[in-house]
This record gives sequence, C-alpha cells and structure tokens, in this order.
Amino acid sequence: MIETLKSQAKNIRKLTLKSIAEVGIGHVGGSLSIVDLLTILYLGNVMNVDPQNPQMPGRDRLIVSKGHAGPAVYATLATKGFFPVEELSTLNRIGTKLPSHCDMNKTPGIDMTAGSLGQGFSCAVGIAVGSKISKDQATIFTIIGDGESQEGQIWEAAMYASAAKLDNLIAFLDYNHLQIDGRIEQINTLGDIDQKWSSFGWFTQHIKGHDYQAILDAIKKAKAHRGRPSMIVLETVKGKGVSFVEAAGATNHNMPFSKAQYEQACVELDSQGDN
Amino acid sequence: MEMRQVFASELEKIMGENEKVCIVDADLARASATLGIRARYPERALDVGVAEANMASIAAGLSSYGFIPFITSFAPFATRRCYDQIAISIAYARQNVKIVGTDPGISAELNGGTHMAFEDVSIMRTIPTMVVFEPVDAIQVRKAMPQIVAHNGPVYIRLFRRELPNIFTEDYEFELFKADVLQEGTDVTILATGIMVQKALDAVIQLKTQNISAEVINVHTIKPLDEHTILASIRKTGKAVTAENHNVIGGLYSAISELTAAHYPVPIARVGIEDEFGEVGTINDLVTRYQLTSSAIIEKCLKVLEK
Repeated sequence: MIETLKSQAKNIRKLTLKSIAEVGIGHVGGSLSIVDLLTILYLGNVMNVDPQNPQMPGRDRLIVSKGHAGPAVYATLATKGFFPVEELSTLNRIGTKLPSHCDMNKTPGIDMTAGSLGQGFSCAVGIAVGSKISKDQATIFTIIGDGESQEGQIWEAAMYASAAKLDNLIAFLDYNHLQIDGRIEQINTLGDIDQKWSSFGWFTQHIKGHDYQAILDAIKKAKAHRGRPSMIVLETVKGKGVSFVEAAGATNHNMPFSKAQYEQACVELDSQGDN
Repeated sequence: MEMRQVFASELEKIMGENEKVCIVDADLARASATLGIRARYPERALDVGVAEANMASIAAGLSSYGFIPFITSFAPFATRRCYDQIAISIAYARQNVKIVGTDPGISAELNGGTHMAFEDVSIMRTIPTMVVFEPVDAIQVRKAMPQIVAHNGPVYIRLFRRELPNIFTEDYEFELFKADVLQEGTDVTILATGIMVQKALDAVIQLKTQNISAEVINVHTIKPLDEHTILASIRKTGKAVTAENHNVIGGLYSAISELTAAHYPVPIARVGIEDEFGEVGTINDLVTRYQLTSSAIIEKCLKVLEK
C-alpha cells in the first residue's frame, strides 16, 4: 500500500504545483511539506469520508489550521474524488471554489474555514467537543504549522482539549522549521516542543514527517490512546520533493512559480521513483 | 428580575427544547448567570476558562457540527478581545453563533475603563451578516431569545446585566428586525437604545411642557436597522436626536446618519460618548460624567429644532 500511496503523493505534488503555476504564485513550501500526510489521511484508508457525500454526518474531519496549505489539500481532495481534477486550474481565480486559504463554504470536502492562524485549531477542538456530544465516534484530525504555534490561541486550545479529555482529536504539527521571516529557531523558537505538548496533557509522538510507515504507525497509536488528545510532531521539509523549492528556504512560503518551474519539478519528481 | 437572570433562564428553557443549543463561557458564567445551566446540561455547557479567543473559535467549531452556541463575557472581552475570531471563525465561516456581551458601556461601573466597551456596537456592526441587538428590558430579552435562536446567523446581544425598569408589558409583540415606536410625536424623532430609552421617554414629558411633540423609537436592533419605521418617522418630523450608551463614532448615531444621508438627510444631534475612554464610577455618577441624561436629550432636541 505504501508504494501506491507514494506514487499518489507524487501526483498530488504535481497537481499542487501545476495549480500554483497556473496562477504564477502561491504557498508552495507549506503545501509540499504536508502532501505525504494528506495522502495518507485521505487515500490510506485513515479517514472515514465519502467524496460523493462531503457532508456525511459522523464522518471523520480534517481541519487544516495552517489554511495556506489549501493548494495541497485541494489536489488531495480532487484525487480522492471530491471534485474534478480539472477544477484545480481555477486556484485563486476570481469566483473560484479554491481560494488560497481553506474555505468550508466554497470547497467540497473542506471541513472548516481557516487562514487566520491559530483559529482553525480552536475550531477543531470545538468540533471534537461536538463529536463527543453527538456520540458519533468520529475522529477529528487537524494540522497546525510551526510558525502558527507562536500564536497564543494554539495554547489556549491545547489546554482546553486536554482538560476536556478529547481523545477523538489527533493533531499534527508540520515542523518544517521555517516561517516567513526565517528559521523558527532564529525568530521565536518553539523550544522543547515535545515537552510542551506533553506538559499540556497531550499524548505526544515525534516522527519523521515523510516516513509513511512512521505516520501510519503513529496514527494507529494515537487512535488507540484513550483519555487524552494526541499530538504527532512531524519533522518535515518545507518544499519537500523539489530541490530548488527546498533550497529556497524561507522564501518558498509564498513564491512566484512559473510553468517552466513546474515542468522542471515534474522531471525531478519523476526521477525519484516511489521509494 | 435582572436582565442576566432572564437571559439565562430563557436560554436554559430553550436548551431543554432544542438539544442543539449550547453555552460556552469564559470564566464569567457566574457574572452572566449561566453557571447554573451546567448542572442540568453538563455536556452542552462548556467553560473554556479565561480564553475568549478560544471560546469564540470553539463555538464556531461546535456550530460547524450543527450546534447553536451562545458565548458570553463582559462586552469588551466578548467583542474587542476576540474580534478576529468572531470575524473569521464565526462570521466569515458562516457559523451560527450568538455572542452575548454583558455590562455594556457605563454599566461596567466600578470595573472601570478596561472593562467599559464604548466601541462594541461599532466593531460588531462592520462585520458582514452580524446582527446587533440591545434589549431595553427583561420582557424584551425573554421575547427576543426564541427569535435569536431561530435566526440562522451570528447575533451580538448587548446585554445590560442588572435590573431595568420595564418599558414593555407582557402583551408586547416583539419582532427582532422591527423597531418599536414607543411614543408618537410630530416635531422631532428621538432614536434611543438600551438604557437611553427610558431617558428619552422622560425627556418627552419635559418637552411636552414646552409644546414640543417628540416621537421616541426604541432601536433595539442597530443592525440591520428597521429602515422603514425609522425613515417614516424622520420624514414626518424632519429632525432627529440619537441617544446611546456608546461612542457616537460607529454606534447608533453613525448608523442613523448613514441611513438618512443615503435616503433623507435631516439635521441630527446626538447624545452619547464623545470619543472618550471609560473610567470607574457608579452608574449614576457616570451618567452625569458622560452626559447620558434626559436633560442632555432635551438640550439636543431644542438645538436640532433651531435648525
């Protein structure tokens, strides 16, 4: 299964970059860093969702609190069948269903609007409470950024999720160590991030963020762990999979991206194999 | 009965009838009188602690799950403190959350300037889709609650917490989007909201002794304005005075000025906070300090009638 997932992830990277190249600029780095996770969640039989019925009651939900990763989420949702892949070329065009930042009222399959950092994570906590009240056994997934973790609201929500014993909530930290102005460690370090989450009462795992087996195992462990919410810290690479994007470092956050660069990226991705 | 008790008991009643309605507090449940609800509905009565931003976004998450949450805090913390969360998590994401800001304006009294919201109406009014409602008495609170729950969208409720004299009687028919003409008159229209409504009615009696016939409209819903009722009155009188426990910038005076400027410009005078911060004091002292009095309303009526 993992080889299939990797092959699908490669295609999702291409679709993501193609949609950004169509408009000429976009959030390339933070999209590519979570493609592997998104592929596993939607295509690896992790999330209980139905692309034919995006509003299915009791479904598992994903709140992408780092809402600027929209392009990667859209490419994944289209691959899963929530809407036609051709629609990806409308990214950020006037009137599109696919805006830069995730919007639940525009895109089939998006479970919460996000973009103002820190808020989506709190919303995910509210959604997990909603699921608990409804007793529908859903699992609520959420992805936060490392720069986003500098927002105080993340820690307000972390404290409450633990106090409310939301063991139906599984969060991922996309720890690519880069934010818009530079390296996290040079701007406002997250310090001992595992210790922080643990001391906030979360079942915390720290794994390689592009290692499929590790991600699948961590999700399995998180789902089995009762009584506490789960944090899975993913060591990721911003711009993962395309060397010149990775090399751009912090400037790959919202970078100009041409069709020629897209072609170049495809050549590189194709040369990588699925291992 | 205190306004907060009426609000809380009505909410508890509605929660009994509608299992989607819930309450999210931020360590002021005692002040909002909502603390007792959690004994009866523990799953649907949350307290997130002193974290208003988290309260607003958690409520948005609950709403996205089909719930209808009420969030409560003192007016500045229910609005200004979590403005982006209300704008984005709630309104922009089209979530059905009701926001209750208590102790508005000078009613924050001894808590003073830090707790004294004079801009809450202004900032809430500029959020698209937001309804802004300021009840005038306990009867109106009780009659409004079912309509607020039935309205599919965010509503800001600017709630005076303590007891107020009743303006209405039990047979009053409330409509959320319809302003109340409390007193008919022909010379000037007084548009008042919240605690200023009783002062406007007091002013009418004094004005009558000077042969001035004033109309009084209780503008309980400041957004959307009941344009029909307000414009009909202003077309009749040709003069207006607004009265609010709020900064004149962005509040009722602004709302009425925007409406009349577009449809029927008339001279308008105002009673309200003249772009100042709050300070400590009893409500009686603050009424004098900020000139939120019936004599100020009378003075402004006379002034506008000179024009």
